[in-house]
Amino acid sequence: MVAKKSIKFIAVLILCSITAFASDEKNNHKGNKIDSPTEIKEYIKHHLKDSHDFHLFTNNETGTHVSFSLPVIVWTNNGLKTFMSSAFHHDDNGEVIVDQGDTRLVKLHSKIYELDNGASTVSFDEHHHPTNAHKVLDFSITKSVFGMLLAGLLMLLGFGALARGYKKGKVIPTGFSRVLEPLVLYVRDEIARPNIGEKKYKKFMSFLLTVFFFIWILNLLGLTPLGFNVTGQIAVTVCLALFTMVIYMFSGSKDFWAHTLWMPGVPVILRPILALIELVGFIVIKPFSLLVRLFANMTAGHFVVMSLIALMITMKEAFGPVASTGMSLVLALFISVIEILVAFLQAFIFTMLSSLFIGMAVEEHDHH
Amino acid sequence: METLLNDFSVGLFVMQALILLILILLMRKFAWKPILGALDSREEGIQNALDSAEKAKMDMENLQADNLKMLQEARTEREEMLKEARDMKNKMIEDAKKEANETASKLITQAQATIESEKKAAIADLKSQVAILSVEIAEKVVRTELSNKDQQLKLVETMLGEKSLN
Repeated sequence: MVAKKSIKFIAVLILCSITAFASDEKNNHKGNKIDSPTEIKEYIKHHLKDSHDFHLFTNNETGTHVSFSLPVIVWTNNGLKTFMSSAFHHDDNGEVIVDQGDTRLVKLHSKIYELDNGASTVSFDEHHHPTNAHKVLDFSITKSVFGMLLAGLLMLLGFGALARGYKKGKVIPTGFSRVLEPLVLYVRDEIARPNIGEKKYKKFMSFLLTVFFFIWILNLLGLTPLGFNVTGQIAVTVCLALFTMVIYMFSGSKDFWAHTLWMPGVPVILRPILALIELVGFIVIKPFSLLVRLFANMTAGHFVVMSLIALMITMKEAFGPVASTGMSLVLALFISVIEILVAFLQAFIFTMLSSLFIGMAVEEHDHH
Repeated sequence: METLLNDFSVGLFVMQALILLILILLMRKFAWKPILGALDSREEGIQNALDSAEKAKMDMENLQADNLKMLQEARTEREEMLKEARDMKNKMIEDAKKEANETASKLITQAQATIESEKKAAIADLKSQVAILSVEIAEKVVRTELSNKDQQLKLVETMLGEKSLN
């Protein structure tokens, strides 16, 4: 109990220490509420993107943003630069230039650009692309990375406690661990075992369990008002799918490669064509289906929930404030409940398909 | 598609890969291995307990079967012993009867033989007695009747003839 309390205390302390309440007077929409459809669209689009600070809310009347600033770590032409994201003063239009000695950086549409040598302001072409600045490799602790770290921390705490319980000799876990144990059993008995096979599933359990809970927790975090959209970042889902692909490509059995590259039982002429199809299937199509499914589901979910919440503003003219708010509330609640299901479902499907593909790769045929 | 590619952040990808890799390793070390190990050993324990219960049940059944068998055996043995005893009894009675019969018949034969010999002895004795008597009678007769020779001879002849009838 003491250990648990101290961990909670430290977590709160860390959160407080990185909190920076920044107030910024240079706001474009000063005195302007976000109430037009274009603004709402922009707002949702902005939310779906990753961001460099942890934005909680903005008071447009006074132009006050309340947010955590997060560390920015970028690899520029002049080496590694680190500073806090508060240096951008919540600017996202490339107007605030952060001077890091020999490098000038701007933030534009949630991306950090490095200005070319000699340039002092960003100039744009007709598609609003910067002409005198280029993107940098951005290893920042963005909101998504922060979400991942948070999910990882939660997993380590929760499942670490479960593991410690067993180590202490408890056969039946108590407290919150009792909730976690059936989930672990579920992944093992319903996902890994039937798809990979009794003999080989153990090797892949660490990956499958980690990915399942990682995705699930991140999906659920996305439903909180904190507004994480980690599993809706294409880079994240690409990475997850690539992990699956690398794992099943490197653990393929002899039979798997024999069947993939030189399919027995079909005419020899067809075999190279089949090999090509199979290889493309395993290297491109299967990971692509994994990454797109997760990305699209989560992005769509966030989009729909936010749009429904925005109904209360967009429909105010047509139905009046009470009706539009009520409608928005009911619909948003309904979709949120579905999203809770989807959060689990997408984690389940990703893990399920991963273990299915792994199962295909490690399968050994004893006939022929 | 273009915006999708534009949204793809290499840095985020690298961070995610790193975090996921580290998380998998950490979770394997601190969570999954001990948890799965404990679950496995618990399941094994349950399986063992079930197996041993099943075995105990089987043992019990075997024991009961053995008991039943032993009881059956004892019963048949008893039956056999009883039968034997009954047979022996019958045989003894039979033997005794036989022996008794034999003894009786022996005794009877003996008795008969004795009776016969006694009879013979008695007859012989009688004969000798008769002879003596005859002789005495003859003496007397001879003494009285010796005067008449003819009469004497006639008498002797008659007497002898009577004698031979015996």
